[in-house]
Amino acid sequence: MADTTDKQARERIHRVFSGLIPHMDVLGMEAVEAMNGVAVIRLPWRAELVGNPETGVLHGGVVTTLIDTVSGLAALTGLRQPEPVATLDLRIDYLRPATPQADLFARAECYRLTSRIAFVRATAYQGDPDDLVASSVSTFMLTKKLGPQATVVPEDQAS
Amino acid sequence: MKLADIIAEAHRRHDFGGLVEAIPYARFLGITVAERDGDLIAQLAFDAKLIGNPMLPAIHGGVIGAFLETAAIMKLLWTRESVHVPKTITVTIDYLRSAGPYPTYARGIITKLGSRVANVRTEAWQADPTKPVAAANANFLVTPAEE
Repeated sequence: MADTTDKQARERIHRVFSGLIPHMDVLGMEAVEAMNGVAVIRLPWRAELVGNPETGVLHGGVVTTLIDTVSGLAALTGLRQPEPVATLDLRIDYLRPATPQADLFARAECYRLTSRIAFVRATAYQGDPDDLVASSVSTFMLTKKLGPQATVVPEDQAS
Repeated sequence: MKLADIIAEAHRRHDFGGLVEAIPYARFLGITVAERDGDLIAQLAFDAKLIGNPMLPAIHGGVIGAFLETAAIMKLLWTRESVHVPKTITVTIDYLRSAGPYPTYARGIITKLGSRVANVRTEAWQADPTKPVAAANANFLVTPAEE
C-alpha cells in the first residue's frame, strides 16, 4: 500500500537525519521529506518552545532553529553522500507569529550547489503553504569536498 | 504574573534573571543573563541536547541563532523603559566559527533605537571574546514607551 510505503520512507528518512542532527529529536522535529536538495520538516507545538507565555506563540528562535535545520537538510540531500554541512549565513524574515497549538512546517530547497557552498531558500508555514510564518535565504559550507550530485533541483525549476 | 509586570519588576530590581526564567524556550535552552561591567551579558550553558553536529561536536546553528536573538531582545528590554517585548522583523546571522561544547556568551549593541524600529548587533563567543563564534544583525518592531 502506498500509505505504508510512504510511512516507512518517512521513518527511514527521520532515522537517518535525526542521527546526523541530535537537536532535531530534542525539539521533536520530524523530517517528512528529504531528497534531491528538497526537505520538509514538521515541528509539533510544545509548551516548552513558547516565547510569550501569555499568548502561547512559539519563540522566534524556534523558527530559526527549524529553518536552519531544514535548510541544512536540503543542502546535504543534494550531495552524492549525505554529510554534515555548516551554516555560513542565514537571513530570516518573520512575517507573522505562528498560531499557538498548531504544527509548524518548514520547506527548504537547495537551488544551487557548488563544490564548496550550498545556496538554500526556505519558508515556514502552518496549514496553508502560501500563508507564510517566515521566509529565509541561507548558505552552507560543505565540510568535505564531495561535490554536488547530478539530481539537484535545476535552477530553472526552482521558484 | 503578566510579562509586562515581570519586565517592570526586572527594571525595579535591576535583575533580568526572572524575565528569562519566564520565557519557556529561553529556559529550555538554558539561557541566563547577568549585568557585567555596566552591560547585559547573556549566557548559554552547554548541554548535550544542544548539539547539532555530533562529529565535531558543535552546538546547533539554530540554537546559536536563537541565543543571539534572545540576547538582542534582552538588551533592548534592559535599555528601554517600555514593558512591551520587541517583535523580531528580520535576523541575519553570520556563523564565524563552530561553537564547541562549552559555555557561550553574547552581548548586544543597539546601533539604532528609533520610535518604531530598533537595530541590534549581537556577537557570541566562547573562551575568547575577540574570537566570536557567530554575529547577528536584527531589526525589531518596538512599541513606544508611553503606549
